[in-house]
Amino acid sequence: MKNETAAVLILEDGTIFHGKPIGKIGTTTGEIAFNTGMTGYQEVFTDPSYYGQILVMTTAHIGNYGVHDDEIESDSMMIAGLVTKNFSKTFSRVAANDSMENLMLKNNKVGISDIDTRALVRHIRSRGAMNAIISSDGTSIEDLKTQLSKVPSMSGLELSSKVCTKTAYEVKPENPICKISVVDFGIKKNIIRCLVERGAHVKVFPMHTSLQELDTFEPDGYMLSNGPGDPGVMADSIQLVKEVSNAGKPVFGICLGHQLLGLSLGLKTEKMFNGHRGINHPILNLKTGKCEITSQNHGFVVSKESIESNPIVELTHIHLNDNTVAGLAIKDKPVFSVQYHPEASAGPHDSRYLFDQFIANILKAKV
Amino acid sequence: MPKDNSIKSVLIIGSGPIVIGQACEFDYSGSQASRSLREEGIEVTLINSNPATIMTDKVVADNVYLLPLEPNSIIEILQKHKIDAVLPTMGGQTGLNLAMKCEEMGIWEEFGVRMIGVDTTAIAITEDREQFRELMGKIDVPMAPQKTAKSFLEGKEIAQEFGFPLCIRASYTLGGAGASIVYDPKEFDSLLERGLQLSPIHEVMIDKAMMGWKEFELELLRDANDNVVIVCSIENFDPMGIHTGDSITVAPAMTLSDTTFQKMRDMAIKMMRSIGNFAGGCNVQFAVSPDANEDIIAIEINPRVSRSSALASKATGYPIAKIASKLALGYRLDELKNQITKTTSAMFEPTLDYVIVKIPRWNFNKFPGTDRRLGLQMKSVGEVMGIGRSFQEALQKACQSLEINRNGLGADGKELTNQQEILYSLENASWNRLFHIYDAIKLGIPFKTIQEKTKIDLWFLKQIEELIELERKVEKHHLDTIPKELLFEAKQKGYADRQIAHLLKCLESEVHKKRDELGINRVYKLVDTCAGEFEAQTPYYYSTFEYENESVVSTKKKIVVLGSGPNRIGQGIEFDYSCVHGVLAAKECGYETIMINCNPETVSTDFDTADKLYFEPVFWEHIYDIIQHEKPVGVIVQLGGQTALKLAEKLNRYGIPIIGTSFEALDLAEDRGRFSKLLEENDILFPKYGVVESAEQALELSQDLGFPLLVRPSYVLGGQKMKIVINEEELEQHVVDIIGEMGANHILLDHFIGGAIECEADAICDGEDVYIIGIMQHIEPAGIHSGDSYAVLPPYNLGDLVMTQIEEITKKVAKALKTVGLINIQYAVKDDKVYVIEANPRASRTVPFIAKAYDEPYVNYATKVMLGEKKVKDFNFNPRKEGYAVKIPVFSYEKFPDVKKELGPEMKSTGEGIRFIKDLRDPFFMKIYAERNMHLSK
Repeated sequence: MKNETAAVLILEDGTIFHGKPIGKIGTTTGEIAFNTGMTGYQEVFTDPSYYGQILVMTTAHIGNYGVHDDEIESDSMMIAGLVTKNFSKTFSRVAANDSMENLMLKNNKVGISDIDTRALVRHIRSRGAMNAIISSDGTSIEDLKTQLSKVPSMSGLELSSKVCTKTAYEVKPENPICKISVVDFGIKKNIIRCLVERGAHVKVFPMHTSLQELDTFEPDGYMLSNGPGDPGVMADSIQLVKEVSNAGKPVFGICLGHQLLGLSLGLKTEKMFNGHRGINHPILNLKTGKCEITSQNHGFVVSKESIESNPIVELTHIHLNDNTVAGLAIKDKPVFSVQYHPEASAGPHDSRYLFDQFIANILKAKV
Repeated sequence: MPKDNSIKSVLIIGSGPIVIGQACEFDYSGSQASRSLREEGIEVTLINSNPATIMTDKVVADNVYLLPLEPNSIIEILQKHKIDAVLPTMGGQTGLNLAMKCEEMGIWEEFGVRMIGVDTTAIAITEDREQFRELMGKIDVPMAPQKTAKSFLEGKEIAQEFGFPLCIRASYTLGGAGASIVYDPKEFDSLLERGLQLSPIHEVMIDKAMMGWKEFELELLRDANDNVVIVCSIENFDPMGIHTGDSITVAPAMTLSDTTFQKMRDMAIKMMRSIGNFAGGCNVQFAVSPDANEDIIAIEINPRVSRSSALASKATGYPIAKIASKLALGYRLDELKNQITKTTSAMFEPTLDYVIVKIPRWNFNKFPGTDRRLGLQMKSVGEVMGIGRSFQEALQKACQSLEINRNGLGADGKELTNQQEILYSLENASWNRLFHIYDAIKLGIPFKTIQEKTKIDLWFLKQIEELIELERKVEKHHLDTIPKELLFEAKQKGYADRQIAHLLKCLESEVHKKRDELGINRVYKLVDTCAGEFEAQTPYYYSTFEYENESVVSTKKKIVVLGSGPNRIGQGIEFDYSCVHGVLAAKECGYETIMINCNPETVSTDFDTADKLYFEPVFWEHIYDIIQHEKPVGVIVQLGGQTALKLAEKLNRYGIPIIGTSFEALDLAEDRGRFSKLLEENDILFPKYGVVESAEQALELSQDLGFPLLVRPSYVLGGQKMKIVINEEELEQHVVDIIGEMGANHILLDHFIGGAIECEADAICDGEDVYIIGIMQHIEPAGIHSGDSYAVLPPYNLGDLVMTQIEEITKKVAKALKTVGLINIQYAVKDDKVYVIEANPRASRTVPFIAKAYDEPYVNYATKVMLGEKKVKDFNFNPRKEGYAVKIPVFSYEKFPDVKKELGPEMKSTGEGIRFIKDLRDPFFMKIYAERNMHLSK
């Protein structure tokens, strides 16, 4: 029998919230972050970019429509822990395979519900990113605080190697029109789906790979995936990306892939006070003047000043709320990247054109 | 594409009198639009025939025309003003229809006026179902199988093909007029004929009914650069088959996966882009199959602001009409700021960290004999919205807002336990189905049965089941034993102290005290569009039970204005008009103004109106907690109609100062005995009357008073259950009826003065001086509710003797009641004698009318008097008195085809219009005057 009574959430700055346990009874730690999406919780929880994070969902109810085998972005839950206001242990959806509660139990994930998530978000909003601990197993507050103090900061952490594929694999559509080598830093399945849907035969490589290895697939272009952690400490990957972007073929980077591309071009990245996590983020495409509502999940960002002083890089997209860098391209080269998630899932499909653009670049380069 | 600077002057068309399907939400959108345009330095001209609107105020627009919504009025305006553009999307279907008519007549072209915010082809496409269907086919958006019939025969053929049930909708009509679901082939012929008749182009659409499919709505905004955002997703608790205006709705969508939601979003955007090029708002409705396929079909698209966009604005904090107006001027979304945060972009999609539940308010008891079942045709007259941190809390708060004598959902001893009745109600939805779903679950009727009959998503049903489980836990305790956690949980789930008191078998006040002791207090959270991601500037609050309170109390002196709750017959937009003016006047006097209301359609619940908005039920507990938190110097109750007034007694009992006329005076005016004594003391005539508690006593009293008699329960709204009886049999029947239905134990019997002329006077009084703002004479003879009669300002055939008496009596009564603020007195005049029928020391339905007709801000003045900031003699009254103003009652009978269209002492009209006439030779006046005795056939 599970202890229904109490769970606790403690933040690095000592703030304590009491709630009810959800998922596995136990203790978990990670960097606390909040996501403002109102739909797509399962996609979010299985997104490898969230690896190591204790995620606060701001929407009032989580779990209503259960979970569905097709709505996953990786094979397991990636978040370190979950914080919600109302958590539905029962669900209603004919197509669903299971409840969110059972998915958490299967993945050994600890969570806490019945939290004043709004107060928590306002707290994090003003104090910035920090670590946190959730416990539902009765560990004393003192012990939890000690445990929490030992959790390393997300700044300076490389996490991609923990979530990327261990072995390379291929996904092939019926009538492929091009080949793409994908570097997996913690890829979301939907990136692969978006490429394959457009006729690309893709091969996904583990992050620790080389250009030579990527080229064994004889690709027409390279995809740099999303992923968790601090890009600043990924020297090998930065080197790899540098070689990839100089290989003379089209390149498309998403999220962490975008940050690594930026670093490889001599740009700087910085940790944001509060990241962007949600599916309502407005982006302005500076080339077309059109706006997109995008899905975002990042705590680091490419510095705008470093782009402005770089002669070969063009700023292509900006975030309309805070004017941060949302997309860049190498001038005169079919190499571009965005900070946000055009594959969405969860989120709007406004930016899917970027995949079309990437495939178009590839087809053009092939001719 | 920034603002188009060639537009310097814009005409906004209003939606006219309130009818079912088109209510005060268009006052809200029109007012917002006007303010939004004026912010841009644009001269705004407004036309609306509805005088009870804020939008037709000089505080809102530069030029106001209270004219009939006809092409001639438009021509008149265009001849007087240089108008660059017309914005026709703010006045509902009425506004749009008028704009289209003017377009067809070439009026806009003749005067060089551009239509902005709309595309005429878009309107044509969305209103012509066949064209629309063709277009949807082209862009691969599925729809329900449908065909159009232009004749009876065609209709019959289609029915044969589709089978039953099916839906019939008349083309080009409002709020689903002429729409019906046909289950039974026998009903088909007559409904088909009615639909064909109601359609101005004699066309009906016949759809295969997608009964039981889940129903959703999306609210979109698009700019001239073709950027689109989805402001809100709304899920209908009641699935397809019930008009969305009659459905309980929830935002954000509760049972929609991201996969299906994003498909819907894509479809909505594609649809909006396909119908034409325009910058503005748009509402799209979808149905989703309740199976594993989750197939989506489009139902309809409305390229204008709507009832749903008003709800979406209140639900999210994103002011759709305000932004849509700026987009119509050429602004791009990314050039505008989020109006709540003021720092982030308007190009974004609001995200909620709370849930809203909208429940419609019906008034079936005003339409005896009507079919009370809900269907494709909207029948509700108003709505309420509850905001909470969970669906359950929002649901309870919405139920508490309804003013239907329930304390929320359940736990008030009013449950139905008759299984057959419950099952019937589940299948034949009416105003009370939600309550019967609760009863069914409580009774143990299986979910399977409930779902079969209602098709409501299981998630919602389980939420209600959880409430019942919680009640069962609470019930096991009494006040002394209930654990803190359990009480806290009940409060978090939205239970009112009164409901908890019912479960614990104690008093409401004891529960409140217990909460105080345990520290279980309301906290207030902000509606901020962004789930707390950014700091927000706009003070738009709702309450919940959590840890952090975001509502910081200032040190300024504060005034609370109580709103008028849901619109219903007898209490509509007029009271919102008064509340808004009360707020503005108090602001002018340097007070911090606090508005409390729960009606999402109104201007009073626009976060731009008061300094602080608490979107809360106008329900004692919520009011009291806000007062405890804010500590205002007083509360204004006399502007919010009966809703607010009803709370006066309790406010007084709790020692909370009531601004203006005291509770004692309010009470005195309502207490027939004491009031009559006061009249007697002042030598004022009144009809003979008496109070009875049973039919027995009524028969006895009737001997004294003599027939005809006016019979009514005391303390009612809009003449509810008021009836004129002419003999003992009728008297007995009606008294028994009142006692049976309302449980009222005080019934008033008045001798009815037959053949009298009715008139009413409104006045402002500061306790010493009285200023009569206007006297209106009814056109129909006495016996018809004042709200339902045509009335003329000033009186058209009262002699000096009568007028002097009315003036003198008005002054005497106002002073005798120690009125501070507004007062309305109703009179019957016969043989040059003036009888007082009733006095209401509060803002009446007619105050806005008089203010508009005479072009003076009477509510503003009255509020300043109430606050003690001004005396009556401080104002320089200067009414514009030219000719006469005629008040035209407007009914929504087409929504109730089976109701006898006769008028009586019980009010039935839903709205009113104003018409100015130069003299009594006016043909319009001559006509209604000639027909004054045909009152039974409107």
